[in-house]
Amino acid sequence: MLKFILRRILIMIPQLIILSVLIFALAKAMPGDALTGQLASSPKMDAQTLHELKQKLGMLDPPYVQYFRWLKGLLHGDMGMSIIHQTPVTQLLAGRMENTILLSAAVLILSYLIAIPLGIVSGRWTDSWADKMVVGYNYITFATPLFIFALLMLFIFGFVLGWFPTSGSVDIRVENGTFSYFMSKVNHLILPAFSGAIISTTVTIQYLRTEIIDTKIKDFVKTARAKGVSESNVYTRHILRNSFLPIAAFLGYDIVSLIGGSVFLESIYGYPGIGQLFITSIAQRDFSVVTALVMISGLATLVGTLLSDIILSAVDPRIRIE
Amino acid sequence: MKAEIVQTNNNFNIKKSKSSGAFSVMWREILKDKLALASLFILGLLLITVYGATLFINQDKLVTVDLLSIYSPPSADHLLGTDYGGRDILGQLLIGAKNSFTIGFFITLIAGIIGLTVGITAGYFGGKVDNFMMRIVDFVMILPSLMLIIVFVTIAPKYNVYTFIFIMSIFLWTGKARLIRSKTLAERELDYVNASKTLGTPDWKIIIREVLPNLSSIIIVNLTLNLAGNIGIESGLTYLGFGLPETTPSLGTLVSYATNPDILQNKWWIWLPASFLILVMMLCINFIGQALRRAADARQRLG
Repeated sequence: MLKFILRRILIMIPQLIILSVLIFALAKAMPGDALTGQLASSPKMDAQTLHELKQKLGMLDPPYVQYFRWLKGLLHGDMGMSIIHQTPVTQLLAGRMENTILLSAAVLILSYLIAIPLGIVSGRWTDSWADKMVVGYNYITFATPLFIFALLMLFIFGFVLGWFPTSGSVDIRVENGTFSYFMSKVNHLILPAFSGAIISTTVTIQYLRTEIIDTKIKDFVKTARAKGVSESNVYTRHILRNSFLPIAAFLGYDIVSLIGGSVFLESIYGYPGIGQLFITSIAQRDFSVVTALVMISGLATLVGTLLSDIILSAVDPRIRIE
Repeated sequence: MKAEIVQTNNNFNIKKSKSSGAFSVMWREILKDKLALASLFILGLLLITVYGATLFINQDKLVTVDLLSIYSPPSADHLLGTDYGGRDILGQLLIGAKNSFTIGFFITLIAGIIGLTVGITAGYFGGKVDNFMMRIVDFVMILPSLMLIIVFVTIAPKYNVYTFIFIMSIFLWTGKARLIRSKTLAERELDYVNASKTLGTPDWKIIIREVLPNLSSIIIVNLTLNLAGNIGIESGLTYLGFGLPETTPSLGTLVSYATNPDILQNKWWIWLPASFLILVMMLCINFIGQALRRAADARQRLG
C-alpha cells in the first residue's frame, strides 16, 4: 500500500512540472505586462527608461531564468501583484477562497444529501414508480446545463418569488460575527448551493443504483437474509457498507467539476469567490491574478485526483497499479 | 447449430450484414422507446425549421439597429420581441440555434476523431505506445479545462469560430480516448483479431476494417451524448463571454443578456426562449443517446 502511494506521488511530479511550465508559458503569452500598463500613463516614462527598468527587474532575462525565478516565488507564496486591485495576489485570493470553499462544501454536502437517499430508493425498489421518477430526474439533471438551471433558479426564486437575495455573499448592513451575519451568509448561500447540488447528483445516484442492484443478488446477501437479518439491516449493514466508501472517495474527482461549477455559479449569483474573480480578472486583463488562479486550480485538481486514487485503491485492491 | 456453422463457413458476406445490423438494432430500440422517438421527432423538426428558416432570414436586416423598437415585448411584428438594439429576437434565436448546433457538431466530430485515433492506437498496440499516450491523456484530464479554455480564448490571436472549435477539441478528446482504448484492449484479445494477424493482415487493416466496426455502436452512443454536452459547454462559455465571437451569435449570446438583472427580471422574452431551446435540444439528444446506449448493450435492450 505504501509502495502504491509513493509510486502515485512520483507519477504526480512530472505532471506538476509540465503544469507549471504550461502555465508559465501562458502567463508569458498573455498580452501586456505589469510595467507597460502601469507606466504608460506616467509622462516621465520613455522607451529607454522602460527598457532599463525591465532589465533591472529581470524581465529581459532568458525564459528559463525567469521561469525558475517565478517558480521560486510561487514556492514562497509570492504570486505577484494584482494590477487592478494594487494588492499582492495572495492577499486578494485569501478572502475569495474562503467564500468559494464555503460554496463548494455546501454544494457537495447538499448533493450527497439529495443523491444518497434517491440512489438507495431507486436501487432497492427497482422498477417501482419511485425508481422511475428517480431515473427520470437523473436524465433531466444530467442533460441540463448548470448555467441555464442556475439562471432559471435565480429568476424564479430570486426575482419572481423574491424568496432569496439575488447577489453577493452576505448582507453588507449586518455586523460581522453576529448571529444575523451568519444567517445572512446562509441565506445567500442557499440558492447557488442548491443549483449546483441538483445538477451534480447524477453520478452518485447512477453509481449507487447500479451498485445496489448488482449487490443485492449476491450470495452473501442471500446468506444474510437466510440467517434472518431484517430487510432494513440487510441494506444498511451489508449492501450499503460496500457502496459508501467509493462514493466518499469520488470526492477528490469532484474538485474538477466544483471548480468549473464555481465559475458559472459565482458569475450568475454575483457571489464573490475565486470563480467570479477569475472572470472579472480576465475581462480586466489582470493576468497575474488569472495565472495564480489557474495554477491553484490545477494544483487542487492534481491533489484531489491523487487523494481519490489513493482512497479508492485502499478500498478496492483491484484498482492498485502494479 | 449445424446450420450456423455452415453459414459462417460458406458465407463471408455475413460480416457485412452484421455491421448494418448495429444500426437496425439502434433503430428498433428507438422505435420501442416512446420518449426517444418523440425526441427524435422534435429534434428533427427543430433542426429542419432552424436550418430551413435561416436560409430565408435576411442577416443584414436582422443586425440593423432599430431605435424605434428597443426592448419591445412580443408583438405581431416581432413574435419574440426585440433586444437593446431593437433587433428581432426570433431571428437571432434561429441563427443562434443553427450556430450552436453546427459548432457543437464540429467540436464533437473533431474531438471524436482525435479521441478515437489515440484510443484505438493505444489500445491495439499496447505496451510502450499505450503507456506514452495514456500519460498524455492523464495529464490533459487533470487540467482545469474550463479555466484554460477561457484563457486560451482570451489570448488567442485572430480569434474566430475555427479557433474556438480547435481550442475546445484540444480539451475534450481525452474521455473518448480512454473509453475507446479500454474497449479496444478487450477487443484485441478476441480470436478474430488473432486469426487475422496469423493470416498476415496488416495492422491498419485490422484496425479499420475489423476492430472499428465492432466499436461503432459505442462510438455512436458516446458521440451522441457528447454532442449534447458540447452544445451546453459552448453556450455556457458564450454566456460568460468567452465562446463564439460576436460575429457568430449563439444561443448563449441571447442568454448572456440576462447578466443584466433588469433583463433577467423584466424582459423574459430575450433570454428565456434561448434557454428553453438549449434545454429542449439537450434533453432530446440525451434521450436519443440513452436509447442508443441501451441498444449498444444487449442486456439493457427493451426489445
